[in-house]
Amino acid sequence: MTSLLSLDAVSVRYGRLRALDDCTLSVASGERLALVGSNGSGKSTLLRTLHGLVEPAAGTVRLDAGARQAMLFQRPYMLRASALNNVALGLWLKGTPWRTAKVDALRALERVGLARQAGRNAKALSSGQQQRVALARAWALRPQVLLLDEPTSSLDPAAKRDVEQLMAEFAGAGMTLVFSSHNLGQVKRLASRVVYLEQGRLIADLPVGAFFGGPLPAAAASFLKGELV
Amino acid sequence: MRHPAFSDALRYSRGKTHAMNTFSDSAVTAFSLITSLDPRFAAIVGRSLAVSAAACVIACGAGLLLGAWLGVARFRGRGAVLALLNTALALPSVVVGLVVYLLLSRSGPLGFLGWLFSFQAMVLAQSVLVLPVVTALVRQTIDDADRSHGEQFRSLGANAFLRSLILLWDERYALLTVLIAAFGRAISEVGAVMIVGGNIEGFTRVMTTSIALETSKGDLPLALALGIVLLGVVLLLNLLIALLRRWRERLDDPLPDVLPVPPARAAGSAVP
Repeated sequence: MTSLLSLDAVSVRYGRLRALDDCTLSVASGERLALVGSNGSGKSTLLRTLHGLVEPAAGTVRLDAGARQAMLFQRPYMLRASALNNVALGLWLKGTPWRTAKVDALRALERVGLARQAGRNAKALSSGQQQRVALARAWALRPQVLLLDEPTSSLDPAAKRDVEQLMAEFAGAGMTLVFSSHNLGQVKRLASRVVYLEQGRLIADLPVGAFFGGPLPAAAASFLKGELV
Repeated sequence: MRHPAFSDALRYSRGKTHAMNTFSDSAVTAFSLITSLDPRFAAIVGRSLAVSAAACVIACGAGLLLGAWLGVARFRGRGAVLALLNTALALPSVVVGLVVYLLLSRSGPLGFLGWLFSFQAMVLAQSVLVLPVVTALVRQTIDDADRSHGEQFRSLGANAFLRSLILLWDERYALLTVLIAAFGRAISEVGAVMIVGGNIEGFTRVMTTSIALETSKGDLPLALALGIVLLGVVLLLNLLIALLRRWRERLDDPLPDVLPVPPARAAGSAVP
């Protein structure tokens, strides 16, 4: 499998805080990579670095030329506009003419089951629906790589199931997923590979079966134990 | 020559020297001024509104863009620019009036315009006065919005300029308050319009300069009555804007049907 994006000895600092420390990672096409770790371990920073939103203080970020990316944030921001226009704006910003963008946006909303909500003010939608609008906004860009920062952390079980199902469908269609999660059940269901981070350092990088079944470094094992309790 | 109704109000207010009566007299005089529909008084109110509205349009046009850009832009010396901007919030209106007077005076750099003691001079002075208010308040609003969720628009490929416009549009209801503050600052100031307008009756006399004039003549009830009317006008405008805001917020307010040509994907954009 070809590598779509990679980090080579990347460190990121926020002032004096070292958010990522000497991380090396490669993501291959079609992979479903889960980032796990406690709060503040560097998962979000790693995603933002992969997406080009954060400049590393050291190391190199390599993105495959032409590999389109989109990112879904933990709490996606909706503009004071209809769901349709929220999706269309993303397309317009990437260079699609506005009228075409609206047609494509409606298709994307259909894809996530929200076509009937297209005309509603996105801010008036539920958290789960807003997350699906954000997924539609990301999916509409036809990304090869979709980065998701704790995409279901603030959702109720039903909405969580909907979003997970969409993620699985996107992955099934060949999209590469890189997501962070505290939900180990979700990681088991969706990921093909798991990376464990602690204090900005990459501690374990294993196939999902090995992560949950095999021997782990002590820190990762205790995290897993704690999470499963 | 005063209009009869205006003179009646004036006559009523004169001779009432007891301080305790001033407020009740003022209320009666204000009521009399409004109900008499005195054309001279109406002209003063209309001129006040026109000068301040024109100044607000100019200052808001420039201040919205400048403030939005300052809200998202990060550059060397930004802190110093913001410190200067915030200092400009405290600009005394007489100082603004004096500077504009010097600019517009015959020997000044803008003397060729021949605007001194004119409507345009008052608009210019109030625009200068209001611009820092609009810019600073918009800057703060957009800066907060950008720190909160600007990254998500960066993720979609919006550069700083587009981000500033998107956030400006998204914060439009919050920015209505800025508009009110700007208009309030403009219509309530007296120093600048007095200096550059000259308080010429029927030409550059506005409500605040009328109030100053009547006060200097010792006609406190009439001055206060004009003040009451001034506050009433501002209150009415605030109510209208609040109603407009509530009405628009209830709607889904979609983006316009047609947006301009999409921005070209910036070469070397941080986000692929």
